[in-house]
Amino acid sequence: MKVVLQNLTKTFPSRNKKVKEEVVAVNNFDFEIPDGVLVGLLGPSGCGKSTTLNLLSGLQKPTSGKIFFGENDVTNLEAENRGVGLVFQNYALYPHLTVRQNIMFPLQNLKGTAKLSKEEMNVKVLEAAKLVQIDELMDRKPGELSGGQQQRVAIARALVKMPKILLLDEPLSNLDARLRLQTREEIRRIQKETKITTIFVTHDQEEAMSISDIIVVMKDGVVQQIGKPQEVYDNPVNLFVAKFLGTPPINVFDGKIKSGKLFVGEDAIMDIQADTDKEVYVGIRPEGFVLNENGALRCRLNTVEVMGRDISVVSYNDASATDNQAIRSIISSENTVNLAAEYVRFDVKPNKVFVFDKNTEERIYFEKE
Amino acid sequence: MEREKLKGWLYLLPAILFLGIFMVYPLVDVFIYSFEEGYNSASQTSWGIGTYNYSYVLRDPYFLQALKNTFILVIITVPLSTCLALAIAVGLNSIKKLRDLYQTIYFLPYVTNTLAVGLVFMILFKQTPYSDGLVNVVLGWFGMTPVDFIGGPYWAKMFVLCFYTIWVVLPFKILILTSALASVNQDYYNAAKVDGTSKFRIFRKITLPMISPTVFYLIITGFIGAFKAYSDAVALFGTDLNASEMNTIVGYVYDMLYGNSGGYPSYASAAAIILFTIVLTITCINLLVSKKHVHY
Repeated sequence: MKVVLQNLTKTFPSRNKKVKEEVVAVNNFDFEIPDGVLVGLLGPSGCGKSTTLNLLSGLQKPTSGKIFFGENDVTNLEAENRGVGLVFQNYALYPHLTVRQNIMFPLQNLKGTAKLSKEEMNVKVLEAAKLVQIDELMDRKPGELSGGQQQRVAIARALVKMPKILLLDEPLSNLDARLRLQTREEIRRIQKETKITTIFVTHDQEEAMSISDIIVVMKDGVVQQIGKPQEVYDNPVNLFVAKFLGTPPINVFDGKIKSGKLFVGEDAIMDIQADTDKEVYVGIRPEGFVLNENGALRCRLNTVEVMGRDISVVSYNDASATDNQAIRSIISSENTVNLAAEYVRFDVKPNKVFVFDKNTEERIYFEKE
Repeated sequence: MEREKLKGWLYLLPAILFLGIFMVYPLVDVFIYSFEEGYNSASQTSWGIGTYNYSYVLRDPYFLQALKNTFILVIITVPLSTCLALAIAVGLNSIKKLRDLYQTIYFLPYVTNTLAVGLVFMILFKQTPYSDGLVNVVLGWFGMTPVDFIGGPYWAKMFVLCFYTIWVVLPFKILILTSALASVNQDYYNAAKVDGTSKFRIFRKITLPMISPTVFYLIITGFIGAFKAYSDAVALFGTDLNASEMNTIVGYVYDMLYGNSGGYPSYASAAAIILFTIVLTITCINLLVSKKHVHY
């Protein structure tokens, strides 16, 4: 089922009574989510992603704007009538019920014609449990399960009544690193198998990029960019998105455009087609550096970290706009770096270099040569 | 290793001494008294050892009356007050406006003096030659004949005693239950809401199991407290409880020690040991039952 958000806005009254100003948690969110995709809502904490999820689930009501599930306007529908499945960050499994009873709980709520017989319920519960591979733990209590298993039970409980939409709130944040990798693939697999439109919230860009069909980057309640993960990564619309996506993060420099050349500090790193000269931010992805003895960008060499497949060169440049002025560049391990040298020089890959306006921090586009 | 053990016991010594002298010794002593026949507290002598004290107490009509009163009190007030407190606590938890005000009002009885409130209850319920009392006036509006709740028939007196007891124990229970309800994670309710759970089912399947440890705590302490009731009866019916047929077991023990018929520490001890046995048995049963029903 496709989901349409129309000018969705949610404001909260300010906690501070002296300040009348309202807190805008979600600001004019406009987006159509196609049927059957996995969408990652991504942003730093406090950016309104969880509020958006609550608005979708119906636990909170928008201040203005509309939500459609398919063709139906569900804006004023209570949570129980929306037919969504919601997985909470802390799973919210009922601790006094067994796994089976937990998964069965939503089915037992069904009334009228939707009511199921005991056998039908058991079949559905087992189906859901098999889907998330916990069918051997059915008679345990949540307290006797590991975090990952609890997560699966929570997903099974959300899926058992075949919701129109599945919502996941920070589904992986309570898991350890290894389990997180495993579970995110699991979520992807379950989503592919059920083909339920799934929206999940995360602050971890790697998590969002790795499994989402579409990511939505938010900041301070405002949607920054929507798109396929790779597209957003390759084409950030502003400095925030560029900085937020990618590990290691993008390197940002103070730079300027002067007579058709892009400067980082005093080094002209590439030619660009620009008529006006001005001060800019230059963002270069770590993989955008090419080691070259006569390269355009000169940096003071600090260390080299060997990571097997590639090496990570840490160097300093006075023009760097980050706090410690460190620049991290990732190059293939076939290159060798002379550690004794004081300086290291790079050329840059033009498609990995982004230029941003100094004031608005918006991307400045131009034809690359 | 031995040294370590010695050290451990040394650390425990003050507590053990204190508990031994002020808790274990009196308990054992009472137990011994209860088997010493014809014990005289002045000369500290007795005729001998035996079970006569118990057979006397168990045949004493005053004791049997007290036993009956106590049991009726327990059976009526404990479940009723717990249910009522739960209903009020749930109500309090679901309102937003004036919640603090109501909470304070409901808690007021807890900080007032039992005897003073008992006096007020007595005035409300008592029938005198000059007035029927407020309760009887109200009953009169509904066409009921006035009853003297303080000096009248047994059921009326028992009703007042139960009513009063419930009123006294309610605030504490409400306080404990409201905090238990407030500590249930809101996510459980949100999860249930998204799944379309009815209010009644949420209460029965989520709220109640979640606060079950607290409920059982209240039931167990409620049983113990009600079995040990005494001051409530005194507040309503005065110190001569035997005359008004409203004595309780603790009241009987007190009478045997200091009352008009006082000076019988052996009988008092026997009665006290019987009460102790009853309370212990009921508490054990309670704990066994709660193990089955309390979920974690």
